[in-house]
Amino acid sequence: MNPYDRTTMTGKGALLRSCLTLFPALLIAHSAPAAQLVPEKSEIRFVAKQMNVPVDGVFKKFKADINFNGGAPETGKAQLTADVASFDMGLPDVEAEVKRPAWFDSAKFPAATFVSNGVKALGGNKYEVAGKLTIKGISRDITVPFTLTPQSGGNGLAEGAFTIKRLDYRIGEGTWSDTDTVANEVQVRFKLQLTGLATK
Amino acid sequence: MSDTSRPSRYTRTAISLHWIIALIILAGFSLGLYMHDLPLSPQKLKYYSWHKWIGITIFLLAVLRVAWRLAHPAPALPATMSLWQRKAAVVSHGLLYVLILVIPITGWLYSSASGVKVVYLGLVPLPDLVSANKPLAAALKLVHKTLNFTLAAIVVMHAAAALKHHLIDRDDVLVRMLPFVKSRSR
Repeated sequence: MNPYDRTTMTGKGALLRSCLTLFPALLIAHSAPAAQLVPEKSEIRFVAKQMNVPVDGVFKKFKADINFNGGAPETGKAQLTADVASFDMGLPDVEAEVKRPAWFDSAKFPAATFVSNGVKALGGNKYEVAGKLTIKGISRDITVPFTLTPQSGGNGLAEGAFTIKRLDYRIGEGTWSDTDTVANEVQVRFKLQLTGLATK
Repeated sequence: MSDTSRPSRYTRTAISLHWIIALIILAGFSLGLYMHDLPLSPQKLKYYSWHKWIGITIFLLAVLRVAWRLAHPAPALPATMSLWQRKAAVVSHGLLYVLILVIPITGWLYSSASGVKVVYLGLVPLPDLVSANKPLAAALKLVHKTLNFTLAAIVVMHAAAALKHHLIDRDDVLVRMLPFVKSRSR
């Protein structure tokens, strides 16, 4: 039903009807507005294991475009971009190394991105988002479980973790591809503080 | 042996601990010297892990050793030694015991302050003694290094004194700490 056709009709009844039709349409259009990321309360952290020593770090700069409505989670969309050069482990020599071509090659591939292509509700506050993770120009399909804890005032905290294999993205080439020293599995943990989330 | 409370030789346990710890310290010290300015590589990370495992091993053996020493008095020093030599021996032995306990802890502290957990033998995660803190890490690095060179200097004096006892004084001070050798008759 196209509400614009109705507005061409004359008479109060037709106008009222068209308003009534238009209103839900507007609601639907607004059902998944862009949520805003609160960067200072959000974090993308990764944990790598080096000789079984967990070594963790964060990406200090990242942004997220997220549309999510708890009432219709399957319409949710997320696009995250991390500035790989903002990598911080508190170990300057490691940070310098990791920007080099054998690792992230941040000069050539400054951003790591995740673009969702579907969200599934798993019950409660649990969801799963499928999408494409691109690091160092290499894309892989991944699924990421997360919880979205609603807070007052349309705020919410999205948290989750997933594990990638660094060699799938050619992170750590050459001598670094030795997984006895730096394990292939790298865990990524994220905590995204969102505001302006649509409620049901 | 007239005085039963002061044996003429160190016990076999004390001798074993002395030489095992000495060898492991030599390995750990050499590795530390070699690895610290290598460019970052998987090999360097391995060396750092090994160095930490060595340090923790030294600490554990040093605890055993000190406990053993407290329970088993050392043989008396030869009567021919002058007072200053006796004092020097007591002080240097005391410092050696303190350093082999303290140096591993400064390394562990340095690792914690650098934000890198120590996982003994890649199996046992040890608690972080302090939280990550760059200025503290830099200070602890200096402390760890300085104490190691202090240890090295005392070890050189210790070995030189032992050789002097053996070759010049011709007493049994060296031999009583040697494995597989009988003491010279007094």
